[in-house]
Amino acid sequence: MTELISEELPTERATPFDPPTEVSEIRGKAPISRLKFSDGHLGWLVTGHRQVREILGSPEFSNEPDRFHLLDKRFQGELPEDDEKRKPQPGMFLNQDPPDHTRLRRMLQGQFTVRRMNQLSEWIGTIVDDQLKHMRSLGNRADLVKEFALPVPSLVICALLGVDYDERHRFQEDTAKMLSLDSTFKEAMDAFERIQLFMRELIDRKKANPGGDDMISDLLATGEPTDEEASNMAMLLLLAGHETTANMLGIGTFTLLQHPDQLKILKDEPEAIDNAVEELMRYLSIIHFGPMRSALEDVEIDGHLIRAGDTVLLHIPVANRDPEKFPGNPEELDLRRPASGHVAFGHGIHQCLGQQLARIEMRIGFSKLFQEFPDLRLDVEPEEVPLRTNMGIYGVHSLPVAWSS
Amino acid sequence: MRISVDQSKCCGSGMCVLTDPDLFDQNEEDGTVVLLQEHPDAEHEATAKEAASLCPASAITIS
Ligand code: HEM
Repeated sequence: MTELISEELPTERATPFDPPTEVSEIRGKAPISRLKFSDGHLGWLVTGHRQVREILGSPEFSNEPDRFHLLDKRFQGELPEDDEKRKPQPGMFLNQDPPDHTRLRRMLQGQFTVRRMNQLSEWIGTIVDDQLKHMRSLGNRADLVKEFALPVPSLVICALLGVDYDERHRFQEDTAKMLSLDSTFKEAMDAFERIQLFMRELIDRKKANPGGDDMISDLLATGEPTDEEASNMAMLLLLAGHETTANMLGIGTFTLLQHPDQLKILKDEPEAIDNAVEELMRYLSIIHFGPMRSALEDVEIDGHLIRAGDTVLLHIPVANRDPEKFPGNPEELDLRRPASGHVAFGHGIHQCLGQQLARIEMRIGFSKLFQEFPDLRLDVEPEEVPLRTNMGIYGVHSLPVAWSS
Repeated sequence: MRISVDQSKCCGSGMCVLTDPDLFDQNEEDGTVVLLQEHPDAEHEATAKEAASLCPASAITIS
């Protein structure tokens, strides 16, 4: 079989809400194609929805980063001499394979059930209300990211984990540094280590004062994880729990403001919100490109032989626009489309642990925002909104908005 | 139609409960799937199939 080879991954977006056109064209020609990594490794680029699901669902692929060939040339030569620093940290179960992954994730799964998360609705509603009141107190204009999209999920995850929100300066900026594609490997590592230190202190404090009413205290009370595991688990939850939802709220609002006909559906039919959130997730995806996996054995998929050791990039934003899965007009935002089955939360055993929480935060966040500010509008030209093209999690850096009533 | 679930595969994503809480629940301890109706009535057959296809860990089978 002749195969389509990309010398590098196109990452430039021509429009704010769409993945790079070139990658969508690759999906049209070859849902599984070849991709050169920065060290010359000829790996794989997977863009078809069915194929992405198949690989993310397969036990033959690993998510341990020390197995990956790197995509980004800037990191080449900067990597630490020994691979130790790239090895998964015990407790960072996103980057661990079974059986460790299974053991660690299970310690938390009971805390993120649909029922538990639904019970938080009212409480999340008051956090959203307070934040909107705060926004109104600022006058007639604000940066929606700074005053709403980032604080809401940060307040929620801090309270759930038992982290003092007043100490957010110890993780928000460093999270941004870790996710920035402009950071050197060392800068990202340093930021990582500072948050790790913050989390170690948190674990020490909670061990000294047991019985707290939060997820980390509950986790420690089980006696199951080691201290190192517990602090890395806390860190994973803290990072994954605030940046992602914040970016969906930020760029999701931008998207709705740019699609007034769709926003009208939301305003006229409050019950449309559940599917609207799924469709916004499908349409925006927010993971910029990726995730990656490494084949543990030779695997044949759709006639392609992926060899043990090959690195595979699963392109979620493009897979979520696959017409085979979303027929009709997958490139359009359509809040009435059945959008379930998107892979914006991933697929397989690593599928987002916090997805039920994120769904509730987004449903309540978008609903209340447009109820409270029905005439919310962009306060700059759309071209002036700074896009997170340089971040692993896509979105907007800020969103200047204004309102009259 | 018969639904069967495999708790050892389940990763507690909650997709089944989100899809049809009449058919599925989650264990309070470790979030794994609890089957509420092994033989769904006609009006739940479509959601049973959907839950099986959405499950990220292929822990639900329909026969
Ligand atoms: C809109 C918001 C969110 C999006 C788009 C999102 C997306 C994702 C994706 C795509 C993955 C899988 C990555 C992979 O397979 O390599 C993932 C994993 C994860 N997410 Fe989220 N997430 C969101 C919100 C949250 C929240 C609120 C939490 C919080 C508590 C959270 C916690 C996690 C954890 C712990 C994992 C690792 C799961 C594992 O490895 O088993 N996420 N998320």
